[in-house]
Amino acid sequence: MKKLLPWLVFAAGLVFVGAGLFTGRERSAYLLDEFAHLPVLLNGRIKPVDTVARTSLLSMQDRQRVMSPEGREIAPIEWLLDVAFNGEKADGYRTFKIDNPDLLSLIGKTEDNIKIEYDSTAKRVMAVLGFLPSRYRRFTYTEISPYLAELERQAQLAQSVENAQRSGFQKAVLSLYNSLITYQQLKYSFVLPESPDFLAELHGFVSALPKGIEAVRAKQAGQPHDEAVAQQMVDAVRRFETMSRFGSLLAAPPLPGAPVTQWRKIGDALLDSFKTGELNVAANTYATLGHAWRTGNPEQFNQAVTRYRDHLLGSVGERMDKSNAELRFNQAEPFYRSMILFLVVFLVGIASWFRAPYFLSRSAFFLLLAAFIATTAGIATRMWLEGRPPVTNLYSSALFIGWAAVALCLILEAIYKNAVGAVAGGAIGFCTLLIAHHLSFGGDTMEMMRAVLDSNFWLATHVVVITLGYASTFLAGFLAIIYILLGTMTRWLSKQFDRNLSMQAAPAAGAGAGGPAARKGETNGEAINRMVYGIICFATLFSLIGTILGGIWADQSWGRFWGWDPKENGAMIIVIWNALILHARWGGMVKARGLMNLAVFGNVVTAWSWFGTNMLGIGLHSYGFMEAAFKWLVAFVVCQIAIILLGALLPTEKWKSFRSIAPRGPSSGSPRPQTAGSAS
Amino acid sequence: MREIGKSFVQFFVSLKLTVVLLAISVLLVFFATLDQTNLGIWGIQHKWFQSFIVLQDVKGIPVPIFPGGYFVGGLLFFNLIAAHIYRFKFTWKKAGLLLTHFGLIILLVGELLSGLWQEEYHMRLDNGETKNYSESPHFDELAIVNASDPEWDDVVAIPAQLLKRGKTLQHPKLPFRVVVKDFYPNAQLQMRNQVPNAAPSPATAGFGPEIVATPLPVTYRQDERNLSTAYVELVGPQGSLGTWLVSTNIEQPQSFDYEGKTWRLVLRPERLYTHFTVQLVKFSHDRYAGTEIPKNFSSKVRLKTDDGHTDREVLIYMNNPLRFQGLTFYQSGFENNDRTSILQVVRNPSWLLPYVACLILFVGLTLHFGISLVAFASKRSRSLAVA
Repeated sequence: MKKLLPWLVFAAGLVFVGAGLFTGRERSAYLLDEFAHLPVLLNGRIKPVDTVARTSLLSMQDRQRVMSPEGREIAPIEWLLDVAFNGEKADGYRTFKIDNPDLLSLIGKTEDNIKIEYDSTAKRVMAVLGFLPSRYRRFTYTEISPYLAELERQAQLAQSVENAQRSGFQKAVLSLYNSLITYQQLKYSFVLPESPDFLAELHGFVSALPKGIEAVRAKQAGQPHDEAVAQQMVDAVRRFETMSRFGSLLAAPPLPGAPVTQWRKIGDALLDSFKTGELNVAANTYATLGHAWRTGNPEQFNQAVTRYRDHLLGSVGERMDKSNAELRFNQAEPFYRSMILFLVVFLVGIASWFRAPYFLSRSAFFLLLAAFIATTAGIATRMWLEGRPPVTNLYSSALFIGWAAVALCLILEAIYKNAVGAVAGGAIGFCTLLIAHHLSFGGDTMEMMRAVLDSNFWLATHVVVITLGYASTFLAGFLAIIYILLGTMTRWLSKQFDRNLSMQAAPAAGAGAGGPAARKGETNGEAINRMVYGIICFATLFSLIGTILGGIWADQSWGRFWGWDPKENGAMIIVIWNALILHARWGGMVKARGLMNLAVFGNVVTAWSWFGTNMLGIGLHSYGFMEAAFKWLVAFVVCQIAIILLGALLPTEKWKSFRSIAPRGPSSGSPRPQTAGSAS
Repeated sequence: MREIGKSFVQFFVSLKLTVVLLAISVLLVFFATLDQTNLGIWGIQHKWFQSFIVLQDVKGIPVPIFPGGYFVGGLLFFNLIAAHIYRFKFTWKKAGLLLTHFGLIILLVGELLSGLWQEEYHMRLDNGETKNYSESPHFDELAIVNASDPEWDDVVAIPAQLLKRGKTLQHPKLPFRVVVKDFYPNAQLQMRNQVPNAAPSPATAGFGPEIVATPLPVTYRQDERNLSTAYVELVGPQGSLGTWLVSTNIEQPQSFDYEGKTWRLVLRPERLYTHFTVQLVKFSHDRYAGTEIPKNFSSKVRLKTDDGHTDREVLIYMNNPLRFQGLTFYQSGFENNDRTSILQVVRNPSWLLPYVACLILFVGLTLHFGISLVAFASKRSRSLAVA
């Protein structure tokens, strides 16, 4: 039974991360999934409209969830349907996030009128305590629209200032302005929002088309013609051109025989009717869907969407598989679910040091494995969808760093079985996925690669290896944090696991059996010491090879092996820092405590290389420039320095773990500090 | 005395020195990276890396603030070699580490040499245009051309670094002296009629009298180029020929006659002439559908040597440069609505060294890791047996 329980936990973990594949489908009378997986082309990539809905929402309001005014939660795809086909309703959803106080006052909001009034006392108390929001941060289009002219003026003023010099207000104005543009573009992407019944309009247009073309030709030739029909054609051109100008999605697939990338906007496809003499299928479908959605006719909707799907399977069938897979991937939310699980692993792992060590540490291991499986599946899906190696931008580097660190943690945990790997893995997995989540606010995370980066060979070698270097340096740092915190605050480091994983105080050196992989008489502290050292060796290897591969790529593309670009310098600092740690240990300059302090600083060095260098806004690698992250970077660095100070300033004998057995502290207790240099 | 000598040796071979130097290099690279926001990537290289002492300009006085790249790198190099000689004892266990360090030495040397030898130029080609020279992105030259022979031009090129205010330059091929009346590393040029109340121009000949040159601070921005500008007076045995305003902003050479010969005067980016010509046949540029994101760009060029042995078409595109006669041509950019292609031209005689270093490093690291892994595995199985 005792052996079985962790396996049950593993099953539960798998069910949790996999549940997303099956939940929340088809509660509606409308075939929403069929609509959601229709492919469109945006930013150079063919993607399901579901992805468009989700990424638009993330960039407008930092989350995918939308609440209707009645308090019902709306799926992203339903929101998009309302935006595209039922504009007045969508205008009433709170989807524009505004935090800047100056910008709020510009649209007539003050602290008083954005307060949320809760009806129950309990909720009011929760709001005061901060568990519920106390004020609105997201606003409706209807609320903002009276101020559009002023916003446009402010946006133009802000645009005239260089990015680095813009004030918080100017940045907020531009961000809101871009959200408004995104919103308008979606409205014009499928139908003409001004038209009360676009479907009827299109049908009227098509039936008048043959006569209309005649009339227009006659008019141009100065011959007698039906002026009303000619005018109808001129109006139609104007209206379709409006759609083409304001719409953003290329929703009409290429015509048979045209190149596969030649997707067009619905407006342009409609303008083509003058040449082809018939109505474009995509335009007709979206107009029908719009009519059905607006008038509440699921039958018409479902019929149109299935017919269109069958049509697409015939023409762009190979794209439909990927589109369908991407929809499933969006709905499964593997990274979001893993993020939650990583947090659970972290907490369960910590708990295992105090209670029920066998059950909890094994459970933590298996939950970590479940989350790892989910992130692996997620990353693999992304790779397949993009046809790229795992790391292509900052977002995917966050995913991959987490993934690689967790993989190393699983190995450590399988060897040492002391929950240290699980806790570190949970922490790094959670943090990196949280970072990735925030990076996803920038828009679609599967971007097209700029020409200079468009090389799968180098992306698969240089980028992957250097990211492994980041991951292992972070892992060493996190293990070191665990060492310092546990060492100063608990007695855990001086204890050792026996084979049955029940904890005992460390007996005198040499006595007692170690854990399965532990050396004879090895304490937890010594085990972590060995882990950190091994991981730093890994980190040095990966970051060195990765940096050199980067140099070779640079030499192949730009004619210089080394250009002192900020990102290159950042990578080099990681290599040098890891080398410094190794040499300091080999030279006996640091023992366990010093090693840990240096390893924690490795976190700072890596964070600088990963994010800090991009914030300088110079060089070839400054593709992920974002200011919002700056304060978090500073906070992270401060917190790392605080931990280093704790580890460095508190003498070993004051550490709770080494107080009772001071002579056997890490200053003398590290297993083989002098000779370790020869082995890694 | 022997004691002192011994401690001296101990100091240079010690791991402590290594660790301290590594720490200093981390700081050096970090500060240099930060300084790029002021000086740009190119500007910091001389200040921080290709120097023994980093000098910071504080109100016009150069103040030493940090050991430079040559100093730190040199000491590391020395430390690395000295330690290996002093402690050298070959064992298989250390063979991997030994090779790795040897690779690092070659890498360091390679970086030093490319810092010293590497030259960078740009070649801008319009569709159909043919050139037999590239231009420096950083350095300018004052070209004085004797154009009296219809067959060829006789060019005397004076590097702009030599143009200092008040300096007089002479060259055996020039029948006159060049007196630099003033030199601005960066300046803005405006037509005189657009600047009311401008001071009278020192220039007396050519375009100069019509133009007002205002000195500007030197720019380090990557998207800007300094427009160096000078007033030069040409003085023959019989006296002054006049004073000209020359600037990289005035691309058209200014002509004058002297002693029956036609001369041309121009300040232009420093040129590297080659014994072959490159003609842009076609520049292509694709974007991803519905976006402005470049998907790829490439230049089809025709390569023709003066000796007539080579005459072929080459496609230069991203990650696929053309290497020819010690020069490497990379697709670097484009402008002018895709009608002009910009190639980066690099001469780096030591380009092979990093590759050699990488190979050695790779073998060294693989060896070391293999040996360590075997050792770890056998130790583990032994300790498991004991447990």
